[in-house]
Amino acid sequence: MPDTLLGRPQHFYRYDDYDRTLVAERVEQFRDQVRRRLSGELTEEQFKPLRLTNGLYLQLHAYMLRIAIPYGTLSSRQLRKLADIARKYDRGYGHFTTRQNLQLNWIKLEDAPDALAALAEVDMHAMQTSGNVIRNVTADHFAGAAADEIEDPRIWCEIVRQWSTLHPEFSFLPRKFKIAITGSPNDRAAVRVHDIGLRLWRNEKGAVGFEVIVGGGLGRTPLIGKTLREFLPKDELLAYLEATLRVYNRYGRRDNLYKARIKILVHEVGTEKMREEVEAEYAAIKDGALKLAPETIEAIARQFAPPALPHRSAVVPEVEGLKLEDRNFALWLKSNVAPHRMAGYRIVTASLKPAGAPPGDASSVQMEGVADIADAYSQGEIRVSHEQNLVLPHVAVEDLPAVYRALERLGFAEANVGKITDIIACPGLDYCALANARSIPVAQSISNHFAGLARQHDIGDLKIKISGCINACGHHHVGHIGILGVDKNGVELYQISLGGDVDFGKTALGTILGPAVEADKVVEAVDALVTTYLEARGEGERFVDTYRRIGAEPFKVRMYAAL
Amino acid sequence: MPLYREGSTAPVIDDGPAPLPLAEWLKNPFATALALSNTDRVEDLASHIGRLKLIVLHFPKFSDGRAYSQARLLRGRLGYQGELRATGGVLQDQAPFLLRCGFDSFESDQKGFGEALARARTLFSVVYQPAEDDRSAVSQLRLKRRNVAAA
Repeated sequence: MPDTLLGRPQHFYRYDDYDRTLVAERVEQFRDQVRRRLSGELTEEQFKPLRLTNGLYLQLHAYMLRIAIPYGTLSSRQLRKLADIARKYDRGYGHFTTRQNLQLNWIKLEDAPDALAALAEVDMHAMQTSGNVIRNVTADHFAGAAADEIEDPRIWCEIVRQWSTLHPEFSFLPRKFKIAITGSPNDRAAVRVHDIGLRLWRNEKGAVGFEVIVGGGLGRTPLIGKTLREFLPKDELLAYLEATLRVYNRYGRRDNLYKARIKILVHEVGTEKMREEVEAEYAAIKDGALKLAPETIEAIARQFAPPALPHRSAVVPEVEGLKLEDRNFALWLKSNVAPHRMAGYRIVTASLKPAGAPPGDASSVQMEGVADIADAYSQGEIRVSHEQNLVLPHVAVEDLPAVYRALERLGFAEANVGKITDIIACPGLDYCALANARSIPVAQSISNHFAGLARQHDIGDLKIKISGCINACGHHHVGHIGILGVDKNGVELYQISLGGDVDFGKTALGTILGPAVEADKVVEAVDALVTTYLEARGEGERFVDTYRRIGAEPFKVRMYAAL
Repeated sequence: MPLYREGSTAPVIDDGPAPLPLAEWLKNPFATALALSNTDRVEDLASHIGRLKLIVLHFPKFSDGRAYSQARLLRGRLGYQGELRATGGVLQDQAPFLLRCGFDSFESDQKGFGEALARARTLFSVVYQPAEDDRSAVSQLRLKRRNVAAA
C-alpha cells in the first residue's frame, strides 16, 4: 500500500516487506501452536514458553495479552487499532505499563492469534513481551523531541529490536532480559535499573558512543547496574550486546528462579570478572558480521528524522491570557508541558492518572480521542511513558489551549505529572497471579486524598511507586515514597520506604522505614510523610531533597505517631 | 530416543560409535564421538576439533538454553565440521532455533518432530541475525538491495 493511503508521513521506523513477512509468519506459527494446545497435542508446560514469547500470560481470571510498543512510540493509526482490538477482543479498555507496553486483561486463548493478526496490520506485534528472552527495548519517552537530547535513542532501540527478535541463541535465557536506552543527560529511561542500560554521551573528542551499564534491576534483589564499558563505539553495539548475552546465557544461574537475572551473576562474580569475560567474548566477535555498516545505521536513522515543523511563535498572547484566567491551565502548563527542541513547540503529557482512577488505564474511546488530538496537533504521533502516561511530542505553543481542552474532555488533563498523584502502580492482586496485595486501590485512595491541584503543586515533585509484591513491577524501590504490598497471614500490609530515585547520577534504592502498615492506614502514613516534608523543607527543596538532608528519622517518628 | 536428520521425516538409524562423556573422552581423546554436558567449556576442545565426527549437546530441559551457545561456539569459533546433535528436552518448536545454531541431528521423543523439522527452515523466510546457518540477515539483504538499486 502506498504511504499516502496510510495517512501522514511517519517520523519513526516504518516496517519494510522483510519486517512484515516476519511478523506475519510469526502470527501463523502461533496460530498453529494455539491449535495444538487446544487439541491437547501440547501440554500447558510445553505451551507456556511459546505463548509467553508471543505476549500471552495466564493471570488470575483470564489470559492477558501484552502488546509491545517499541520505544514507546505510536502513530495515531496504531493507537486507533489498539483501541479497536481492545474493543473487539477485550472489554473496551487497556492498561499502559511501566515498560511502555499495553496490556489487555481479558483475552480468550482462541482469539489471541486473530488479535495478533490485527496488530500486524499496523506493523505491531507482541513478540518477546514476556518469557525468558530479550524483552521490548524501552527508551526515553521524550526521544526525538527533548531539548536536552544528544541523539535519538530510538534508532538504537530499533537496531536492538531487530537483532533480538527470534534470536536463535538467546530464546531460552536463564531469565527475562530488559534493555533501556537514553540519549539525554537527564535520564528518563531508568538505565541504571535494567539488565543492560545504554546511555549515549559525547566524549572529549566529540564522538558519540554508549556507556554500557550491566546488572541493574529491581525485583526482590534490587541492585544498581555497574558500568562495564565507559565508551563503546556505536557501530559495535550489537557485538557487545551479543557478547554480554552469551556470557549470561552460559554462566547465569539456572538453579534458582530468584537468582537467575544477570544482576546476580554480576554481583556474584564481581564487576571486574564480568567485564573480563564480556570483553574477551567481544574481542573474538567484534570485527565479524555484527559490526554495523554505516549504511545500515544511516538507513534506520533516516526514518527517525524529526518532522519538519513550521516555525511557530514561542510567546502567544492567548496562552498568556488563559494562564491568568484559568488556574488549572496554568498549573497544567507547569507540570504537564515540557520544553521541546524547537522554541515554538512543547511536549505535552496526557495524564492517565485522573483523581481516583487506576493508573495507566485508558478506554478505547479515550485512546481514539488521544489519536484524534495527535492528528490535529502533534504530527499524528504519541508516546507511552514508563510512568504510564501518554505523551504528545510535538505541540505548537499556540495550540496548547485547544489541546488542554481536548484532553480535559477525555479526562486526561489532570495537572499532576510528576506530582504526588502521578502514581506508578503494578496491576496487583486485582489481576496478577503473583501479587500478595492489591496496588490499584491503594493508588486510588492516595489519589483521592491528594486530589486538590493547588495542594499537589505546593507539595511539588514527588514520585510514589507501588508494587503488589516483591517482584517490584511498580518500581517501589526507586519511588521517593515506595509502597510494597506484603501478605502477613492472609492480611494485606504495606511496607513503606523513602528516598529511592532513578535520576541519572542520583540513582538510589529506598530505605524501609519500619513495620508494614495496614491497607486503610496507607493514606494517613503518606499524609504524615508529606506533612513532615512541608514543615522541614528548605528553599526550593523537593521532597526527596529534604529527605536526603534530614534523613529518615523525623519522617519515621511522625508517620508511626500518626497511625 | 528416536534420531532425526533433515531429509527424512521418519527416525533414522544411529550407526556411528557411541559418544563418550567428556571425562571418559579425556582419557581416550582419539575417540571421534563425544557427549558434552551443557556446562562443559567447548573452547577446551579447540586442538581436537578436526578429529571429532560427532558432538552431542544436552538440553536437560527444553527451557535450558546453554547448549545453543555451545553449538554456536563449536561451529562459528572453533570451525567444527562434524555432526552436531541435540538431545534431551528437544521439542519441535525449538527446531528453527536449533538449525540456526548449527545443529544437524536431533534426538526427540516428541511425536511429529520429523514433520516439524522438515518445515523448520521455511517457517520463517526472514532472519534478523547472522548465525551458523549461512542465511543472510535482513540487514545484509537490505544492503544488497540498496547497492543493486544504486548500480
